[in-house]
Amino acid sequence: MPTMRDTFVSTTEDILDTDPDVAVVLADITAAQLGSAALRHPGRVLNVGIREQLLVSAGAGLALAGIRPIVHTFSPFLVERAFEQIKLDLGHQDVGAVLVSYGGSYDMPAEGRTHQSPGDVALIDSLPGWAVHVPGHPEEARRLLLEAVPGDCRVYVRLSAQENAEPHLGAGLQTLRLGTRGVVLAVGPMLDRVLAATEGLDVTVLYTATVRPFDADGLRTAVTATGSTDVVLVEPYLAGTSTARVADALSATPHRILALGVLRDTEVRIYGEVGDHDLVHGLDADSIALSVKEFLDH
Amino acid sequence: MTTATLPGRADLPRLIALMTGDDKHQAAAESTVDVLWVLYDRVLDITPETFREPGRDRFLLSKGHGPMAYYAVLTAKGFLDESELADWSSARSRLGHHPDRRRAPGVEISSGSLGHGLPIAVGTVLGLRIRGFGDAKVVTLVGDAELDEGSNHEAIALAGRLGLEQLTTVVVDNSSATHGWPGGIARRFAVEGWETRTVSGRDHEALYEAFTAPHPDRPLAVVATVEQKTTGEPKG
Repeated sequence: MPTMRDTFVSTTEDILDTDPDVAVVLADITAAQLGSAALRHPGRVLNVGIREQLLVSAGAGLALAGIRPIVHTFSPFLVERAFEQIKLDLGHQDVGAVLVSYGGSYDMPAEGRTHQSPGDVALIDSLPGWAVHVPGHPEEARRLLLEAVPGDCRVYVRLSAQENAEPHLGAGLQTLRLGTRGVVLAVGPMLDRVLAATEGLDVTVLYTATVRPFDADGLRTAVTATGSTDVVLVEPYLAGTSTARVADALSATPHRILALGVLRDTEVRIYGEVGDHDLVHGLDADSIALSVKEFLDH
Repeated sequence: MTTATLPGRADLPRLIALMTGDDKHQAAAESTVDVLWVLYDRVLDITPETFREPGRDRFLLSKGHGPMAYYAVLTAKGFLDESELADWSSARSRLGHHPDRRRAPGVEISSGSLGHGLPIAVGTVLGLRIRGFGDAKVVTLVGDAELDEGSNHEAIALAGRLGLEQLTTVVVDNSSATHGWPGGIARRFAVEGWETRTVSGRDHEALYEAFTAPHPDRPLAVVATVEQKTTGEPKG
């Protein structure tokens, strides 16, 4: 089965083949995979070399000239290294772009901290007007990419090597299970482990691949249907990134929130496999199950 | 006579003097005034009537601080009204110490943080090429101290390698870079494949010739030297 990165390549090729106003900007990463597209569309597959500030600024310049840019590299280099370019050259200029990252929080754990970006969504969330998609399956990634291209919005699509077995292509917060003791919201690649962790628990399980804008109405509806204001948020990036959104959605009601995600107060200096990092951050199914049970029981 | 309706070069000092709220930027404003006038008066095809045309020439002020000369030239060319200059930088005004493209007509980019205009200009040229506007000029103005920002050097290298003939960078050099540029600024562009011309930033004919003489298949860097800056921060 194709990975999300494979799907990014094939979907971007389809977009380039059909929309003459789209260009993709690269900084060496994934340039080889898009090599044939570059031959078919000279001038619309632009590899700036290992220059991430220019990567984002060139995307902004393309947008100013009326071209819809897809801007892509690994998540730490796209969002963290070039953050002022995202803030000023896209946001402050008020032009649109589709930023597509690959690498998630720790998809390449053996590469170490330099290739990890658990803070990317929190950083993007500090800027106004961005849509943020965190697909949990390659088919969701394809759908979200295709939907991001028309128009001139600013969109961040966070692709990952972690994925769920099945796609969920609905919009907003999708209800996968209905229970009575609480609401567990799984974001993107967290879904399958949340489903496993809550097996046999009397909780509502929601899923979303779109965290900004946040579906506050959907959360309130689910809380009402469940009859409990205990909410567990399970995000594949910094823990608590969406806590304020949940609190705002439920501001009229006393409520409790448990926010699970990548640890905020510790830099994890291990290499190893993704599973090793899941254990450290408490994001494996067993750890999630323990955290949810403890939260609901107290 | 249409000359009665728009101010000319001789009016620029008066227009600049209307904006008195930012004395410390005065030197920076003056350093760019002749370059800006030559560009808007003789080099670039940009008017208030054509400013929304997709194939227009574009001027990107990267060195956004000290924008009084810029606002004065935009006023002289009919983008802004003289009556709004005196109130600049107030909460009521759309003209700030750094220009905002979403507010001020004629302003192509919002600038202020240094090192953004040239990289954006590279992308703009690449976009204009895709859209078939292969003749539109894109000119960006940077300061010699602004070249300290590494983002410029990412853009200089790529623009040279791609041979972006539509792109012109004018470096207004008032010798304000803290660590200087031994061997000269033009060398930084030339080694990457740019055509370079170093002229007096006060000599209108020399500037016009530098901006308009052909430079086929290469981007153009015009180093416009002006008097050394004598006041303190911020630099340009």
